[in-house]
Amino acid sequence: MNKFTEDDLKKELETKEYEYGFYTDIEADKFPVGLNEEVVIAISKKKNEPEWMTEWRLNAFKVWKEMTEPDWANVNYEKPNFQDISYYSAPVQKPKLDSLDQVDPELLKTFEKLGISIDEQKRLSNVAVDIVVDSVSVATTFKKTLNEKGIIFMPISEAIQEHPELVKKYLGTIVPTTDNFYAALNSAVFSDGSFCYIPKGVTCPMELSTYFRINEGGTGQFERTLVIADKGSYVSYLEGCTAPARDENQLHAAVVELIALDDAEIKYSTVQNWFPGDAEGKGGVYNFVTKRGLCEKNAKISWTQVETGSAVTWKYPSCILKGDNSVGEFYSIAVTNHFQQADTGTKMIHLGKNTKSTIISKGVSAGKSQNSYRGLVHIGARAENARNFSQCDSLLMGNQCGAHTFPYIEAKNKTAQIEHEATTSKIGEDQLFYCNQRGIDTEKAIALIVNGFSKEVLNKLPMEFAVEAQKLLEISLEGSVG
Amino acid sequence: MLEVKNLHASINDKEILKGINLEIKPGEVHAIMGPNGSGKSTLSAVIAGKEEYEVTEGAVFLNNEDLEDLAPEERAHKGVFLSFQYPVEIPGVTVTNFIKTAINETRKAKGLEELPAKEMLKLIREKADLLEIDRKFLSRSLNEGFSGGEKKRNEIFQMAMLEPKLAILDETDSGLDIDALKIVANGVNKLKNKDNAVLVITHYQRLLDYIVPDYVHVLYNGKIVKSGGKELALELEEKGYDWLK
Repeated sequence: MNKFTEDDLKKELETKEYEYGFYTDIEADKFPVGLNEEVVIAISKKKNEPEWMTEWRLNAFKVWKEMTEPDWANVNYEKPNFQDISYYSAPVQKPKLDSLDQVDPELLKTFEKLGISIDEQKRLSNVAVDIVVDSVSVATTFKKTLNEKGIIFMPISEAIQEHPELVKKYLGTIVPTTDNFYAALNSAVFSDGSFCYIPKGVTCPMELSTYFRINEGGTGQFERTLVIADKGSYVSYLEGCTAPARDENQLHAAVVELIALDDAEIKYSTVQNWFPGDAEGKGGVYNFVTKRGLCEKNAKISWTQVETGSAVTWKYPSCILKGDNSVGEFYSIAVTNHFQQADTGTKMIHLGKNTKSTIISKGVSAGKSQNSYRGLVHIGARAENARNFSQCDSLLMGNQCGAHTFPYIEAKNKTAQIEHEATTSKIGEDQLFYCNQRGIDTEKAIALIVNGFSKEVLNKLPMEFAVEAQKLLEISLEGSVG
Repeated sequence: MLEVKNLHASINDKEILKGINLEIKPGEVHAIMGPNGSGKSTLSAVIAGKEEYEVTEGAVFLNNEDLEDLAPEERAHKGVFLSFQYPVEIPGVTVTNFIKTAINETRKAKGLEELPAKEMLKLIREKADLLEIDRKFLSRSLNEGFSGGEKKRNEIFQMAMLEPKLAILDETDSGLDIDALKIVANGVNKLKNKDNAVLVITHYQRLLDYIVPDYVHVLYNGKIVKSGGKELALELEEKGYDWLK
């Protein structure tokens, strides 16, 4: 696969003009707190949305009002007051800094550990940078490359304007408004997110990660992502960033919908490192995400996630294997430390014949954290010869944390083959002493052991992120032993 | 090189070592023999710095430096190597990756740069060949599913890579058939030189046919009750330990 390298980019940009005045249309306004119909309409209006979109949001709001916040997950937190949140805030322009010297040294230390390039460090900490890594021009350049292939990749707010037929056709078809409390809320008030369409038979020439990372800056509180891979196409998409994302918004409720039409393949990788709260369990992001993909005939969706952040995580990237011979995969590493709580897993819904799914879940718990795997394997009545393999491994550090596994299996077809394996292990004193004796200190030894434990999942990440994710695991567990 | 002076050590308030004196000079091979429960493995663990053991009296010196306040990894950086009787498994971490980490962490402690990948690979191959280790072995998870012989050979491979000043071989012969024993002993002999020292801890005389000691000490009930030359090992083999009680 041809990768669009940074060098190519430099060359192209040297001969290129600034296309947009990036900050011109930014208004620094914010809605008062609270949620009602007027607010929903106002959000839609702000974004200059067509009427059908406004209606869609209003309908979602009606649904949401009738719903109650779920409490079945194995997490404890103070429920947010939904009337105490501001649902629209224009992107705030952070003060531009002149050099990295002005950036919080702690943050720089973390960047260093993650091996993030100086240019990117500058971007992430909002230091003025030269044209090469300026967000808009880079984004635009990538867009041009994608355009040549007919790939549409843009903020969903733009897609609503420019490709209403696609958005209308697919939005809310995989995660319906009525799906759950947070999905309904997201549908009513989503701020922005990404839209991606890969035309028939096209293999996306680059990891869409690169674009996304550059474009990331202000991930919204209520993100909405829609990825459509038309027949026979392929795309690899990465969201998130290993750099620690400090966000003032405590509640995050994103929705991601993937559609893989016949013979298409979507690989969706996530690295999530939102603020987990401090060592005493204060603060931190609540991350309540609904992610689901639909596979038509012979299609494949592969979810890979590395979850190290957030105070509370509630997330089950799932696959509906509707088409015959379709394949669903879920590879996950969830690390919790201090007082973090994660309830995460997947749902594999087998509807078509000869459908196959694989679930590899690795949970690492340290400190006083609680880490739960929750997974459903459903085999429908018409899903002849469906197969599933699930493996859930938990690694515990110390004796104050918890690992839990909640596997659910529903098989309505006798030909189904379902395998489930689970292990729980603890990092032993003997393992640590052995490493120490070879000159490896305890912190490094834990990193080594955890990386070994997570290897099957790390291997599924795009190369460049695998390295960063590996370091991220190390950093997340720092200070987890006395 | 190593000086053990009146060493008393206990675990959970039970005294295991009751006043050990031992001096090992560069270039020497010492053997410690003794029946089960005499404190052999405790001695090696205490020298390596295992935290469960408490030194209640006496001290251990390495090149005139008191090891008391040094963490196990710091002792390793200073050249102490312990070949474990029961090497642990680390799933998902390959032999290569493990030794690479060990080497680089040791270099870091000495203020050196990481060894470039190419040189690391060359060194790994060289040492693997020396110990007749199959290349495929190097990409397996550390000790996971290894046979007894493979585990011990892997220990000696790591020793070859780390080039310690003092190597303690704790019951390296246990679980080995005669062929594996020869390979391991042969490896140790190849690594031996006038600047390093080896302390062999063993229950049986068998290993000492291949790694020939300059001195043999008999450990009994937490004390060295007899020391002598290599012929002492043969005497023990013949007479057992009872006559020393």
